[in-house]
Amino acid sequence: MKQKGWRDLPPGSVVLEGGSAAKFKTGSWRAFRPVWIEENCIQCLFCWIYCPDMAVKVKDGKRAEFDYDFCKGCGICALECPGKKGKKAIEMAEEGK
Amino acid sequence: MATGLTLKELSKKEDLFTHGHRMCAGCGAPTIVKMALMATEYPVIAANATGCLEVSSCISEYTAWKIPWIHTAFENAAATLSGVETMYRSLKKQGKIDKEVKFIAFGGDGGTYDIGFQSLSGAMERGHDMIYICYDNGAYMNTGIQRSSATPLGADTTTCPAGSCVPGKLRPRKNLTKIMAEHNIPFAAQASPSHWMDLMKKVKKAHEMPGAKFINIISPCNRGWRSKTNDAITLARTAVNTCYWPLYEIENGVTKITFTPKEKLPVVDFLKPQGRFKHLFEQGNEWLLKAMQEEVDREWAKLQAAEKCGC
Ligand SMILES: Cc1ncc(C[n+]2csc(CCOP(=O)(O)OP(=O)(O)O)c2C)c(N)n1
Ligand code: SF4
Ligand code: SF4
Ligand code: SF4
Ligand SMILES: [Mg+2]
Repeated sequence: MKQKGWRDLPPGSVVLEGGSAAKFKTGSWRAFRPVWIEENCIQCLFCWIYCPDMAVKVKDGKRAEFDYDFCKGCGICALECPGKKGKKAIEMAEEGK
Repeated sequence: MATGLTLKELSKKEDLFTHGHRMCAGCGAPTIVKMALMATEYPVIAANATGCLEVSSCISEYTAWKIPWIHTAFENAAATLSGVETMYRSLKKQGKIDKEVKFIAFGGDGGTYDIGFQSLSGAMERGHDMIYICYDNGAYMNTGIQRSSATPLGADTTTCPAGSCVPGKLRPRKNLTKIMAEHNIPFAAQASPSHWMDLMKKVKKAHEMPGAKFINIISPCNRGWRSKTNDAITLARTAVNTCYWPLYEIENGVTKITFTPKEKLPVVDFLKPQGRFKHLFEQGNEWLLKAMQEEVDREWAKLQAAEKCGC
């Protein structure tokens, strides 16, 4: 989004477009990246419900990939993931390695 | 009751609070908002007191909210929403609107327990049809971790710093959930994002009751709690399992505990992973740990007694 001057903004600091934050990508904040290991996934969707950044995609009720444009790498999903037979379906990997 | 609350079904709903917000990585508050809005089956209007949630969810032109949302000052989210709700009732009476609309006010603990307390008390007493949700992270986090009346006993904050003068906060928390119930409102409850189903059921139930409702939700803050970025949900769960943050509701004056831990864990399990309580484990501060456990046990016993007597 291009920076606007005060004359270009609606009066009263009103934001007319709901959900416009989705244009602001927060993925660059990440120091660690969650990696999904599909074969260990039991489709419980805990990662989806607990993610504070709405960065776990779900399609037709099924877990899909992470949304790395927005994932801040907090690691909540990896910690909460039950996985299968003690094997996590999410692991955290250092970014840039 | 059939709640429709399965994660699979819920995942098909649109997120009314979007990604791209600027809360810290691993903050508990966005998850609480996401769950509360997901449990709302009606068009909904929200007011938000100044605090981390408000500041970081609407920066200039970027808003994470997909619903009509008003940023109020720090002290008047409940008063602002009272006005909006009153206008809605008037428009409805005049036949200018026929939709069923719901109202939620969000405030942090500073904005709710302290500075917004009188406007909240007024709105609850007048009985405006709204839910007030406090996301309680136990301090004024947005301005750098100052103590509030929700800060737990013994916690280190920048205005009660643990050191040679004081071992952190010397006063116990204010029990705001009970104070709100004492306003004789139809519904006051405590919830935790770790127990998502319980949280959403409470929001759903509150929406179906006319009048003023209050829900207090524990909201881990890894910056202020000096914990890890990945432990918000785990810490919230431990808070519930130690009975530091019991899950209960008071419906028309009748108390019900909505979740009893299988095994009540010692409160140190909640305190230990948090840097704000680090000094409590140093020699000389054992009394504070003991006082903390006693406070939790006392409050839990009172709650169980209230449930038993049906009051
Ligand atoms: C009247 C007034 N005093 C002080 C402030 C500065 N201020 C902004 S946010 C904030 C802290 C909010 O604390 P809380 O309500 O607990 O929310 P949190 O930031 O912890 O989520 C303060 C002191 C303000 N905005 N208005
Ligand atoms: S690491 Fe954090 S932000 Fe990224 S997907 Fe997992 S829970 Fe969401
Ligand atoms: S939490 Fe783990 S097991 Fe559950 S859906 Fe997510 S990746 Fe799969
Ligand atoms: S300071 Fe705490 S409450 Fe505020 S955004 Fe960061 S983690 Fe959340
Ligand atoms: Mg706070």
